[in-house]
Amino acid sequence: MPSSTDAGRRDLGVYVHIPFCATRCDYCDFATWTDRGGLVDAYVDACVTDLRRRVAAGELTPASSVFFGGGTPSLLAPDALVRILDEIPRRAAAEVTVECNPDSVDGPKLRTYARAGVNRCSFGVQSMQPHVLAALGRTHDPANVTRAVAAARDAGIENLNLDLIYGAHGESRADWDATLEAALALDPPHVSAYALTVEPPTPLGRRVAAGTSPGPDDDDQAAKYERADEVLGGSGRPWYEVSNWARPGHECRHHLLYWAQGDYVGIGCAAHAHRAGVRSWNVRAPERYLERIAAGRSPEAGRETLDPATRADEALGLALRTRAGASVPAAAAAEAAALEAAGLLARRAERVALTRRGRLLATEVTVRLLAAATPTVSTSVAVGTR
Amino acid sequence: MTPGAGLDIARSRCFSLLSHVDHGKSTLADRILELCGAVDARSMREQFLDSMDLERERGITIKAQNVRLTWRDFVLHLIDTPGHVDFGYEVSRSLAACEGAVLLVDASQGIEAQTLANCYAALEADLTIVAVLNKIDLPQAEPDRRADEIERVLGIPAPDVLRISAKTGQGVPELLDAVVDRIPAPTGDPDAPLQGLLFDSYYDPYRGVVSSVRVFNGTLTTGARLRYLQAGATHEAEEVGVRTPDPTPVAALGPGEVGYLIAGIKDVGEARVGETVTGAARPGAPLAGYRDPKPMVFCGLYPVVGDEYADLRDALEKLRLNDSSFTYEPETSGALGFGFRCGFLGLLHMEIIRERLEREYDLSLVATSPNVEYRAVRVDGAVEMVDNPSAMPPPSELETIEEPYVTVTILTPTDYVGPLMDLAQARRGEQTKLEYLAEDRVELVYALPLAEIVVDFFDQLKSRTRGYASLDYEPAGYRPADLVKVEVLLNGVPVDAFSTIVHRQEAQDYARRMTVRLRELIPRQLFDVPIQAAVGGRIIARETVKAKRKDVLAKCYGGDVTRKRKLLERQKEGKRRMKQIGRVEVPQEAFVAALRLDES
Repeated sequence: MPSSTDAGRRDLGVYVHIPFCATRCDYCDFATWTDRGGLVDAYVDACVTDLRRRVAAGELTPASSVFFGGGTPSLLAPDALVRILDEIPRRAAAEVTVECNPDSVDGPKLRTYARAGVNRCSFGVQSMQPHVLAALGRTHDPANVTRAVAAARDAGIENLNLDLIYGAHGESRADWDATLEAALALDPPHVSAYALTVEPPTPLGRRVAAGTSPGPDDDDQAAKYERADEVLGGSGRPWYEVSNWARPGHECRHHLLYWAQGDYVGIGCAAHAHRAGVRSWNVRAPERYLERIAAGRSPEAGRETLDPATRADEALGLALRTRAGASVPAAAAAEAAALEAAGLLARRAERVALTRRGRLLATEVTVRLLAAATPTVSTSVAVGTR
Repeated sequence: MTPGAGLDIARSRCFSLLSHVDHGKSTLADRILELCGAVDARSMREQFLDSMDLERERGITIKAQNVRLTWRDFVLHLIDTPGHVDFGYEVSRSLAACEGAVLLVDASQGIEAQTLANCYAALEADLTIVAVLNKIDLPQAEPDRRADEIERVLGIPAPDVLRISAKTGQGVPELLDAVVDRIPAPTGDPDAPLQGLLFDSYYDPYRGVVSSVRVFNGTLTTGARLRYLQAGATHEAEEVGVRTPDPTPVAALGPGEVGYLIAGIKDVGEARVGETVTGAARPGAPLAGYRDPKPMVFCGLYPVVGDEYADLRDALEKLRLNDSSFTYEPETSGALGFGFRCGFLGLLHMEIIRERLEREYDLSLVATSPNVEYRAVRVDGAVEMVDNPSAMPPPSELETIEEPYVTVTILTPTDYVGPLMDLAQARRGEQTKLEYLAEDRVELVYALPLAEIVVDFFDQLKSRTRGYASLDYEPAGYRPADLVKVEVLLNGVPVDAFSTIVHRQEAQDYARRMTVRLRELIPRQLFDVPIQAAVGGRIIARETVKAKRKDVLAKCYGGDVTRKRKLLERQKEGKRRMKQIGRVEVPQEAFVAALRLDES
């Protein structure tokens, strides 16, 4: 039910979390389950109920973007996803994204999505090299990616993203080059490339902790990041966030909202939300979400209200990840100048943005600026000598 | 025979118990107190021996103790002595307060290194020795063989060696009779000017300093004005008493009596072991043998958390009220922040002080590796004592460096002579004696640099001999040696906490070990950081911490911004606590970890 009177309004996103997967990837620590298939119908019902309550409460006004994430949203029967989407009031040009596993989509499913208003697909590709996929604990055949992309285009969904992951054990530089090349051959307007990150409570995290599998190597990942930036940027898809590249006009509107401290509503278990400096998150397990909704209660598990200083720190940390960069607090000007001299920041009018090398060190740069902007209490001592 | 000046000096005996660790000294003391009807053993233990937790845990005595007992119609003054080589001076003062000593030897173990050391110290103090074999009730006891050994090694006739079981009490009355019969009565003139020897002092929060005192001449009277000859101070004898073992005030102590003295003193440093007390009005001569306590081993002590510096200072102040034999002065380290350079009588003393600081004052401390005090002889002949490696002058200004030596006596079963000789040789030891005490026991004597035994020599000795060898040592002056200071530099800036002085041959080894360890512990920076070790400006080892290339979160998923922000907040706090060594930022934990690795 798209609405058409949205000009000049503040953006509002809706994130819907679908916590079901066919198999779990070795590196994944997201809120997702492979053994809760029996809950799916009840879960969809609960999302619908949750949405209706929020609309009735006036909390959910027409959205500028909708994002189905997971988990694997494309595991849902097409009409199930449509039932949820139909409950979300949307503006005329709203961006509606569904994260898809290339294994679990086909022409009919994607056509149903498109008819319901889905206009963007994000495919979990990770790698186009079978041995790298195996190292990641992924099951799909790279050929499925090609089929899925073609099917999406057939269905009229042109706004496509391919998610890539680099740095898996056994992935050579040549493997990564091949993945980038194969991804670009599919001509996606948008590519996300994420460094494989070891999270302790995952099969990969346990293997690394036990020493049976080497963790990703920082230097290897740095080289692959630089390669990705060259290749993707050189293909007419400049970076617009640390891990995201897109043709101008194809940046993900929904994600931009996150990085700009915009407002978004979270539907489903483990979904996060933000409104005007209040961040909140829902109960993590799908059973708990069902209970809360069935009991007529809010699914919210916790919230925090950011004070102005924390909000400003957060804004800096988020904005620095984007191409637009951030404005630097006066107290951190000297640190910013030092980082600029070190080749990590570039100045653009009143703002600073990360250079390529700086993007690889985004955390370090952010932490330095934040530390410099905060009055110091540390006891520094004379250097080196007694 | 009431306590006090009315004591018949001919019916007094002052003696100590001497033994190697674990040969049963505490048990024997329990038994003696029981036999003399002093107290029941349980409350006695709490009041008398091993009063600190640490002493009980480690099975050693740190402080001298004394108790006054009645046996038949004699008064026995039993003085317990510290049981470790670090406290050799305290032992010598305790012995100076006695006319005799009971030398306790385990009837299965036989003579150990401390038995020898104790026996020599007692002979040096001119004491009459009553040798006793203990634990004769055990099946593995070999009293005949051990008695022969005592005769051969110590020159005490085998038939004179008593045989007891402190555990069962067998032979203990005979031992007390022997103490009365063999150990001479004290001599002294009650009307002469007062001469009293302080052989222990501790700080009591309510009473101030409580000292143990042996009167040689004159009379120590409650209320008298006293002169402390070494401290050059005058105090009033607020309370004079004897320990039975309950402290019992008396009017006076005469010659040949041992008791306690409270004189309104707030700092044990003013009532040191070895001090002579005399009458302010009619002073006597100082007793011989006083020495200022002299630290032998030094290290830097730093709070792991910088905020605890003031707590550490307060704790050191309080602890020193109780133990004037350790020293401390503030020092600042680029790597570790604010702390103290502390001096100790020996390695055990250092461990005890550190443990008490952590345990009784709830501090978390890191210690730099222990070092000895060097004599730096400059080219112009000037001599400087250096107790901190980072203060050692550069080689160009030095003629020589001299280091303290010790004479180390090792007693071992013959099987382990080979491994022990290897160990001593690896530590630059020079053998001065190898003697068979029996066909299966050997005495080895070495001249060794003190620095070579302060770190892990004792542990090595124990592990190479499966615990069967024993060790004792005493200072043996200074000798020049080919020593160098190894400095560790981080991006060209010296890191004081890792400066050390080693023999030239060991410099390379230390340099390599430390640079590799720091390379593993120091986080990558925005630029390459060289870690170098240098001797006199010449680099002898180098490692590099490669510049950090990647430090970025791949993704903040599903709008979970909170997690990312918290991560940044934690890192921001960490950044603010970094130690800055030149341009290099190092978390203090990295330095602490490097030093702790050195300890293990």
